[in-house]
Amino acid sequence: MRYLPLTTDDRRAMLGRIGAPDVDTLFRDVPKSALIPLSAIDLPDTQGELEVERAMSKLAAKNVAAGAAPFFCGAGAYKHHVPSAVDHLIQRSEFLTSYTPYQPEIAQGTLQYLFEFQTQVALLTGMEVANASLYDGSTATAEAVLMAQRITKRGKAILSGGLHPHYAETVETVASLAGAVSRSPVTPGSAEDIISLIDEETACVVVQSPDVFGLIRNLRPIADAAHAKGALLVAVVTEVVSLGLLEPPGAQGADIVAAEGQSIGNGLNFGGPYVGLFATREKFLRQMPGRLCGETVDVEGRRGYVLTLSTREQHIRREKATSNICTNSGLCCLAFTIHLSLLGEEGLTRLARINHAKASALADKLVSVPGVEVLTSAFFNEFTVKLPKPAAPVVEALAAKGVIAGVPASRLLPRDKGCDNLLILAVTETNTDDDFDALVGALKEIL
Amino acid sequence: MSMNNQGRPSSVDQISVDKGDAGEAFPASIATISGDRGLDHEEALIFELGHGAVGVDLADVNVGEARLGGMRRKAAIGLPGLSEPEVIRHYVRLSRKNYAIDSGLYPLGSCTMKHNPRLNEKVARLPGFGDLHPLAPQSTTQGALELISQLMNWLTTLTGMPAVAMSPKAGAHGELCGLLAIRAAIAARGETRPRILVPQSAHGTNPATAAFAGFTVDEVPAKPNGHVDAAALKAKLGPDVAAIMLTNPNTCGLFEGEIIDIAKAVHEAGAYFYCDGANFNAIAGKVRPGDLGIDAMHINLHKTFSTPHGGGGPGAGPVVLSERLAAFAPVPLLVADDKGLRLIEDMEAVPQGAKPFGRMCAFHGQMGMFTRALTYMLSHGRDGVRQASEDAVLSANYILASLKDVMSAPYGDGPCMHEALFDDSFLEGTGVTTLDFAKAMIDEGYHPMTMYFPLVVHGAMLIEPTESESKASLDRFIHVLRTLALEARAGKTQRFAGAPHLAPRRRLDETAAARKPVLRWKPDPVPVAAE
Repeated sequence: MRYLPLTTDDRRAMLGRIGAPDVDTLFRDVPKSALIPLSAIDLPDTQGELEVERAMSKLAAKNVAAGAAPFFCGAGAYKHHVPSAVDHLIQRSEFLTSYTPYQPEIAQGTLQYLFEFQTQVALLTGMEVANASLYDGSTATAEAVLMAQRITKRGKAILSGGLHPHYAETVETVASLAGAVSRSPVTPGSAEDIISLIDEETACVVVQSPDVFGLIRNLRPIADAAHAKGALLVAVVTEVVSLGLLEPPGAQGADIVAAEGQSIGNGLNFGGPYVGLFATREKFLRQMPGRLCGETVDVEGRRGYVLTLSTREQHIRREKATSNICTNSGLCCLAFTIHLSLLGEEGLTRLARINHAKASALADKLVSVPGVEVLTSAFFNEFTVKLPKPAAPVVEALAAKGVIAGVPASRLLPRDKGCDNLLILAVTETNTDDDFDALVGALKEIL
Repeated sequence: MSMNNQGRPSSVDQISVDKGDAGEAFPASIATISGDRGLDHEEALIFELGHGAVGVDLADVNVGEARLGGMRRKAAIGLPGLSEPEVIRHYVRLSRKNYAIDSGLYPLGSCTMKHNPRLNEKVARLPGFGDLHPLAPQSTTQGALELISQLMNWLTTLTGMPAVAMSPKAGAHGELCGLLAIRAAIAARGETRPRILVPQSAHGTNPATAAFAGFTVDEVPAKPNGHVDAAALKAKLGPDVAAIMLTNPNTCGLFEGEIIDIAKAVHEAGAYFYCDGANFNAIAGKVRPGDLGIDAMHINLHKTFSTPHGGGGPGAGPVVLSERLAAFAPVPLLVADDKGLRLIEDMEAVPQGAKPFGRMCAFHGQMGMFTRALTYMLSHGRDGVRQASEDAVLSANYILASLKDVMSAPYGDGPCMHEALFDDSFLEGTGVTTLDFAKAMIDEGYHPMTMYFPLVVHGAMLIEPTESESKASLDRFIHVLRTLALEARAGKTQRFAGAPHLAPRRRLDETAAARKPVLRWKPDPVPVAAE
């Protein structure tokens, strides 16, 4: 087996030093009945690299890659161009095959990029501090609600109807243990009245902008109303490129920002691994979940970085920790931070404007398709259209014609009848005029 | 010594005279003009390097206000601007300050730092996997669903368990998934059971997860031989106990031989058996957790199945479930019907009998880790997986046998599993601590072992070599550790004091970092407290 360096002779010599006649002697604590023979395992035997690559390539070929068709899916995962340098750098052995920087003297590479990442996330979201990443946007949102429950010592969480339904379900699954989690009704293409739901028992309101239908929300009035009742505003961003063009949540009064960072640096990967961004105000620092990297000096006075404030964390505090999280999204946050370094202020701003301009262009073209109505008036790179018939079969029919048309709202909200005819479309810098023509042409044929 | 803000000595004459008392055994540094030292470059923060360049070529498009709802950004973000070569140099220089499996033995106990095959990276990047949207029409993602289905088959077959929940994103997330399934199963029986038993030697995530899932934690002591105290555990069982969380092999590197008996008692008390699968690399292909009476166990794909650790993630933590818990697995569920494979994402449209407790995360789990793990499995095959476990156990025992006469192995009388545990009693009276010993290993070119964990022995040092090391590599490592141990015991402790001396940084002031946290760069640098 090509990955195993020990030879039969090595194994024999090693058993000799141990003083064991065979390797099964080393498994002597295992109850005899539980030790199985190889023949009991109904799985294939070892294969060479060529054979494995062939088998895996066959599986990959059964999928339609986003880059292989005019492609408009978003709803929490976005197809962006990732510069070649990003993937090259994250595959450097020293990044790829190291672990959590438990030994800071020989992990300054990881620690310094985490420190830079935290700074970038804080700047982008307009917040004071950010952590070194969580698993993804949905779990970051759940952690944000738990954190708000801890800070306010209240249980109730109100989720906007515009919050990605998968995020809402993730929050409900964990945060309902500590209090009532309720969802405001879905109002595709317009903002709901969430303010009237906030009361003195509310720990937080959770509002996504742009929301799952693409609508840009004004968070300021919600923040003010929440604060007036002693509640917090958790702002959620699933398309982080939008922050290159839109007012950041921190400037609108958000107390905690939970975001999905996939759009910068990371591929679609069928839903994961992604990278959860998590930022807050300095005064809430000690209630934050996840790892934090901090600046310090070594014994010679040289600047260096360490994991810090770990008394919040599970390996020190055990059952009193702020979260059970251990592994984060190290390599995905490296990809994020490299891509964002390549973009810089000017690149990100331009990228965001291109996304918005292209999405606007498609929205204008779709208006020309009879029976299609654009519901979202203010959007970044994603908007919702109403079709004259249910969207799910339309999307399947378009897929058969080689156009991946977007996400039917009914896939996310299957029991909301008002969503049946709604299609959520995302447009990025990767889309071309030809893509638009293909979509518009195919839609005209099918509708 | 004074420093400029890039960590370099500010002037040449200040460096050569500065000798810490800990550094006497080493020649004084030769000052360089640049502050860099050969291949070891100092590297400023990216924010200090930015100068308004740009590393991408994108058109400058104007956009109107019409569709922005009045929410256009007002202030600049503050991101630095650099060209591509500058960005690449920055990260390459940073990478060289990291230790990695590819550059040396990484004996971090309980972390399974094994070789990461590059075929796995290549496969994960095939456009059909890497460039696939999670909500693309399911007719266009059949290959991905087939891959998940194959991986599920490997996981259930290797563990002897009937079901697996694929979506948890890491080990601790898998623990949460398992406990939420247990909570749901108990609720379905109309019972309330608030208490979870966790052995003293457990990973920190176990009690943290139990608390996170709304349970109270009751600690079970270890016996002097490193095994869980089965009698004490049984005595704590009762109608209010929801589950036990046991790691097997445990964190002392020992197989819990009474596990079948423990499982029986747990089940008789109406509770569930959660097993922390962090150490599955010792037994994969040899022992099936399903045969031991386990109800739920997460599998760290980034440990046993070699998806890269990536500087701290991403991981993946699928959870195998027993018949008693299978119905409570979270959405999405993968089913096969006449149209092929299908993901069921709606909690209220699940097949008959399924009672999902909820959803762990958006979408379907860590697909990028699934592709790598399945590639690993197909490459190894059942025989290679089994051989890997045997080699991992053999290598750990070889280390234990080769070191136990000079270092103290509290449970060294019998064989260990895939990791060898030492305590600090061999350092007693030497003035050298576990920390000093570990840091001296850095100067010798090694990543230290896991230190001060598990908590059941004093000054723990937990060594997990994995199956990826050659005998020559193990012999060299053993030689270095033996020599360090003998020197410490002979009073030759100079190399330990203040180690490491030869790393990119020497010991860092963690107390200062925590007392006055600096967690981000700010445009107006506050001078570092120079006392």
